[in-house]
Amino acid sequence: MAHMTPTPVLDSTQDKTMVLNMGPQHPSTHGVLRLLMEIDGETIVRLMPDIGYLHTGIEKTCEAKFYQQVVPLTDRIDYLCPMTNNLAYCLAVEKLLGLEIPPRAQWIRVMLNELTRINSHLVWLGTHALDIGAMSVFLYCFREREDVLRLFEAVSGQRMMTSYFRIGGLALEPPLGFFERVKDFLDRFPSNIDEYEDLLTNNPIWIRRTKGVAHISAEDAVALCATGPTLRGSGVDVDLRRDRPYSGYENFKFNVPISRDGDVYARYVIRVQELRESQKIAKQALEGVPEGRVKADAPKVVLPDREKMKTQMEALIYHFKIVTEGFTVPPGEVYMPIESPRGEMGYYVVSDGTAKPYRVHMRSPSFANLQSLRKMCEGNLIADLVAAIGSIDIVLGDCDR
Amino acid sequence: MGLEPAITNLEQLKDRPEVACLLAWSASAVPGVKFDRNELTIWVDRTSLRGACHQLRDDPQLRYNMLSDITCVDWYPNEPRFEVVYQLFSIPNKKYLRLKVKLAGSDASLDSLTPIWPGANFFEREVYDLFGIRFDEHPNLTRIMMPENWEGHPMRKDYPVEGYR
Repeated sequence: MAHMTPTPVLDSTQDKTMVLNMGPQHPSTHGVLRLLMEIDGETIVRLMPDIGYLHTGIEKTCEAKFYQQVVPLTDRIDYLCPMTNNLAYCLAVEKLLGLEIPPRAQWIRVMLNELTRINSHLVWLGTHALDIGAMSVFLYCFREREDVLRLFEAVSGQRMMTSYFRIGGLALEPPLGFFERVKDFLDRFPSNIDEYEDLLTNNPIWIRRTKGVAHISAEDAVALCATGPTLRGSGVDVDLRRDRPYSGYENFKFNVPISRDGDVYARYVIRVQELRESQKIAKQALEGVPEGRVKADAPKVVLPDREKMKTQMEALIYHFKIVTEGFTVPPGEVYMPIESPRGEMGYYVVSDGTAKPYRVHMRSPSFANLQSLRKMCEGNLIADLVAAIGSIDIVLGDCDR
Repeated sequence: MGLEPAITNLEQLKDRPEVACLLAWSASAVPGVKFDRNELTIWVDRTSLRGACHQLRDDPQLRYNMLSDITCVDWYPNEPRFEVVYQLFSIPNKKYLRLKVKLAGSDASLDSLTPIWPGANFFEREVYDLFGIRFDEHPNLTRIMMPENWEGHPMRKDYPVEGYR
């Protein structure tokens, strides 16, 4: 266990300060984040995050897999938004191939992505409130999260590691009755958001724990490469769904919530507003799902339907070749950024013309956003640290890969 | 499947504002360009990287004010072996741009971008950790993913992979 060595070392710079270790097994660091703090009384003088405890070398593993075998690995990066990762990777490879995706698959992808955003934000809201001391919000949030996970299970057979998107479309047509279940959930979800807001938004304890806490200015947030709600909370109006539409997002109407306060409360308000916007987008996607196929017409890339594979010789040959040899991708490189619940999730895929990716790099939002924690916390009270960690919404699997 | 061939001729791309800006600043700093799959890539000379980033960030039209990502590709056994890849994002124009720097395996070091974007810190530490590329003037160039006492740089292509392959 090489990580037992007490590095990185932080020496206290003055006689009156003290070095305090937090994590990596601390319940409110949302995973295995270790923080080294130099404190003067109750004020944080210096803060140093230490990450890498969940590093599994996914980027290296990708280089040894066929393109289609990478999809299940992408789920495991950010385990709270598997569909977002699937989508970013599939879009990157589709762009490398120059593949057109049928509208029905795009619409279902958008719908599931917004459900994923709801899922991820619910876990964030529940645990963030729990960290600050509001226990009951957690129970309400996980009640609705369970509904979303059941939808994922219905569509992909898995609650969390969905791997439902394929290069060229979806794995298969959603099951019968699925759209009715989504509609049922989306119809009652706005009243659930009202419930969370009743518990928190005007709660004086919540406001005193979050307003004006862990402030970061727009200039600092941009300089520190923060993205997503952490950046929008400081008043920078960027949302890749609207600014660089992918997967048909240009067809949907939604607002991008912005706040200029730059504190924990601002980031809370933005994410709660995003829950409402996600519900709207998912609803539009659900109502507008076009008819058609869910897989692109590219027999050399997309696995044939089960039925065809069993009855047609040609389909069987393609099936056999894709599974055993993979498919080749024209040489080139692509950077595909999409808006994950945490910020800009970018996949940089390099192809050398073979069936395995030469390089897959994930630009993960948690990794970049974690850098702003230092700016938010230095000079502030140690009691606010937990609120600040919760407000940037990091997932350590995403951070370490 | 409609893929247009990549444009790699500097003459054809010199009117693009990003390329024109860098050429006007220093013609020798841009050894190559590529426009492929709707993405623009500019190769930058290793010594002029920081200057080029300053130009692109401060140009009143371009304003590539955000560093989106830093990573590296190892082309072992070809030389120059490493390509450090920078993705820049312009928040006002909502545009991406890719900068690349080629580095020889024997002398893999270049200027850190932390003076321009403090957020380059973690990305450069990651590239240092996994590829062994040194960034001069980095405030804290230590391993970030692997343990402190790890030997070698795992993402290099000549690093042995054990298990299923």
